Amino acid sequence: MSDHTAGNDKSGQNVLGRFVTDYGMVFVLLLLGVLFSMLTFTEQHPTGADAGVAVASVVANQLGAGASVLIVTRDTAGDSAFNEAAAEHLEDHGVAVVARVQGSPADARAAIEEALASGNSIDAVIANNVTAKWTVYARYPEVGSEKIVKPDPYYWPTFLKSTNLLGVANQTAIYAIIAIGMTMVIITAGIDLSVGSLVALASVISAMLIRDLASGADTGAPAMVLCCMAALLVCALAGAFTGVMVTAFKIPPFIVTLAVMMMASGLAFRLSEGRSIPELPRSFFWLGSESTLGIPNPVILMLGLYLLAHIVMTRMSFGRYVYAIGGNREAARLSGVPVVGVLLAVYTICGALAGLGGIMLASQLAAGDPKFGLMYELEVIAAVVVGGTSLMGGEGKIFGTLIGAFIIAVIKNGMNLTDVDPFNQKIVLGAVLLGAVLIDTLKRRS
Amino acid sequence: MPVAVPAEVPLLKMRGIDKSFPGVHALRSVDLSLKRGEVLALLGENGAGKSTLIKILSGAYRPDSGKIEIEGAEVEIGSPSDAIAAGIGIIYQEFNLVPALSAWENIFLGRERTTAGFVHRSEQRKLAARLFEKIGVEVPVDVPCGRLSVAQQQIVEIAKTLSQDARLIVMDEPSAALTPQEVDRLLAIIRDLTARGIGIVYISHRLDEIFEIADRVIFLRDGEHVGEASIEKLTLQSMIETMVGRTIDQEFPEHQHQVGEPRLVVKGLCRADVVRDVSFGVRRGEVLGITGLVGAGRTETMRLIFGADPLDVGTIELDGVPLQIRNPRDAIRAGICLLTEDRKSQGLVLGLSVLENFGLPNIREFSRAGMMDRRQERAEFGKYVDSLKIKIPHHEQLAKNLSGGNQQKVVLAKWLQCNTEVVMFDEPTRGIDVGTKYEIYLLINQLARQGKAIVMISSELPEVLGMSDRILVMHEGRVVSEIEDVASVTQQQIMHLAVG
Repeated sequence: MSDHTAGNDKSGQNVLGRFVTDYGMVFVLLLLGVLFSMLTFTEQHPTGADAGVAVASVVANQLGAGASVLIVTRDTAGDSAFNEAAAEHLEDHGVAVVARVQGSPADARAAIEEALASGNSIDAVIANNVTAKWTVYARYPEVGSEKIVKPDPYYWPTFLKSTNLLGVANQTAIYAIIAIGMTMVIITAGIDLSVGSLVALASVISAMLIRDLASGADTGAPAMVLCCMAALLVCALAGAFTGVMVTAFKIPPFIVTLAVMMMASGLAFRLSEGRSIPELPRSFFWLGSESTLGIPNPVILMLGLYLLAHIVMTRMSFGRYVYAIGGNREAARLSGVPVVGVLLAVYTICGALAGLGGIMLASQLAAGDPKFGLMYELEVIAAVVVGGTSLMGGEGKIFGTLIGAFIIAVIKNGMNLTDVDPFNQKIVLGAVLLGAVLIDTLKRRS
Repeated sequence: MPVAVPAEVPLLKMRGIDKSFPGVHALRSVDLSLKRGEVLALLGENGAGKSTLIKILSGAYRPDSGKIEIEGAEVEIGSPSDAIAAGIGIIYQEFNLVPALSAWENIFLGRERTTAGFVHRSEQRKLAARLFEKIGVEVPVDVPCGRLSVAQQQIVEIAKTLSQDARLIVMDEPSAALTPQEVDRLLAIIRDLTARGIGIVYISHRLDEIFEIADRVIFLRDGEHVGEASIEKLTLQSMIETMVGRTIDQEFPEHQHQVGEPRLVVKGLCRADVVRDVSFGVRRGEVLGITGLVGAGRTETMRLIFGADPLDVGTIELDGVPLQIRNPRDAIRAGICLLTEDRKSQGLVLGLSVLENFGLPNIREFSRAGMMDRRQERAEFGKYVDSLKIKIPHHEQLAKNLSGGNQQKVVLAKWLQCNTEVVMFDEPTRGIDVGTKYEIYLLINQLARQGKAIVMISSELPEVLGMSDRILVMHEGRVVSEIEDVASVTQQQIMHLAVG
């Protein structure tokens, strides 16, 4: 019988096939990674503590104990780590550090003159790739440019440097977290345009509450968490309000969330009187700007939430209901699916995650601002669509959205690294969005 | 035949039509010919290749090999517009009408007569009215098609093909959604069309209609042409056997139900003017047949009991316990399920796998604290795949890729797993092939033997008579008659009651 044998491939072969169908965008992401790695392959100069130790051990081995060495770096965080580590290593090996310069060529000259004036010799100058190019050393015959030792350069793609990759992940985290809720909403065949405004609203509310109620230096984390929870709650309620309008009054979600978008934005401007709110304690920045075990906190939060959402959507009855409602709302209702409850929950989750995004953004940018989150809804919807979720509902994968968000982020990052003009970047991103949907459509047709 | 034509040149000739899809050889060198003024019935079980053959005629598919000739001239049908140009009109089971547009707007859609972009409204309205006159049926020309009855919409489709000068009209299950009188009228229209030399390819699962209208029958099985005969040489029995490829002793299985005490009792059900004061009871082990014309309120009554629509007034009791049913979820929990007539739009989520569809009403059973136990779900579904002989390559097969019969089996499986005490079937065998029909009948009888209360809505009178222990006839939202002694009534008597 023709109809039943239509898919008579073995289910074993099917696993790979389904992975390709569901997560084919992984390959696009990998391809982009390879492309930008090739385009940004260039000479790299080691920095930081490791590089400092490496250079110091070269100097210590060559000159042996008793030599005296000058260390010259600029006054930046990475340079001072380099400087400090090198000094420590030298002293451990009995090499005298004549002076440690952290600043400009003028500072270096002062240090050299002082050292020479007090009768010290300078057997070597430890510098990095920037300070090694300074011409100040050649002015003193006692020093000379041939005594400069700097870290050996190596070749590696700028794109693939861990600082760059973590930066990309960090910049994507907020979009990606909001996109979780958006994916669920779009799978139910809905849309939520209000997320961008909710980001602004959450940033303003959390910042105001912290400023007014928990701004003292001695304020503990619990008070701050409470302020953030309040902002989150407001956004969740906004989502629930959308859900009620969509289910009880059957207003199309596009219209409801367009209205909520305007109202939330207006409210954010009203509360903040249109101004940025930067009066925030340093401890508030932990969430958005600090790292745990070398990974930025937003990235950790993002990964945790994606794992959770993936389990909810694939292993829990709630997820099954979401797909069923999006696939055929009436059939789902007639199968006993609590359609209204599930839709309410989905919009509430979407609102709450937008709120979380707003709090993270406030923490990252050290302020609450009603102008935050502008166009986020479009960016987030783009990530969901590039990730393979159908706007018709019923289809889509949570991790697909993560991949979609990263594809967009990697393209942006790659274009920045290769100096593509920002106007052209917009054109490229638009084309990418269209291309992703095109691939998806063609895949479905075959 | 009332037509004088040179019989040697067939209107349509298809030769050696072959078509494969990945994994399926849908048509194997199929030949078909149709004379002017002839009604050719295309018979075969679901999945036999009838739809594929039609889609080749309509330009939706291209054959891998084979030739198509219209009145002796070979034609290439690469697109629907090629088909229209060749004089082929297709009326699908699901109509292609824009619901918001009126009859005349639909008929001339895409071919409007205009001057500088302005549509000649009155001229086209007149043309449309003349077409309806020609067909001999009155259809309001200005009412949006979405508000016309199914039969009227079908007439609009026929008028549309006629306005395109179709010489040959293919009708795919045209009677599926029609009441018996509407079918009679359709058959009269078809006779009229053939009298004017138009050839008809007629596809239907209702074999009685085939005897009434067809001149010749072609049988397809597994994509092959397995037989051809003029209608006089066929009997119901031989038809079924050629289609199925095996002998079938009887159309309906024997049943001797042990009917017990009343289980489901409904009193005074009302909803607006579609269901008016409906009261009845269904007893343990009983199959209650409900029949009537389309629009008699049968489906609407079942939807009230199932909580799919809100009830104005009325009470529903199961085993003497009054039930508060606000939605289908309540009904399922109380032990009532409904197998809807329209599987594609109401019974299944087509984009989900068959396994997920099966699990949908049973999620509470297959989950602990919200987490699905997919192994249990898979194991339970596996049992039904075996016992109901559901033909699927694997459990992840999407529901949309199944034939009608297998879709109905998946729907059956999901509700059987719910194990509800009341099972309501709405047209359980519509659009389903003969072999599968019999299996469904056996299953209904088996459920009755288990002591469940069965309600079966059907428009097919032989089915109602062959399966029911008791019959209710509905008309305009009311129960107009209750027939206790099913063996003593005839189809004509029931028809008489149904028309009021």
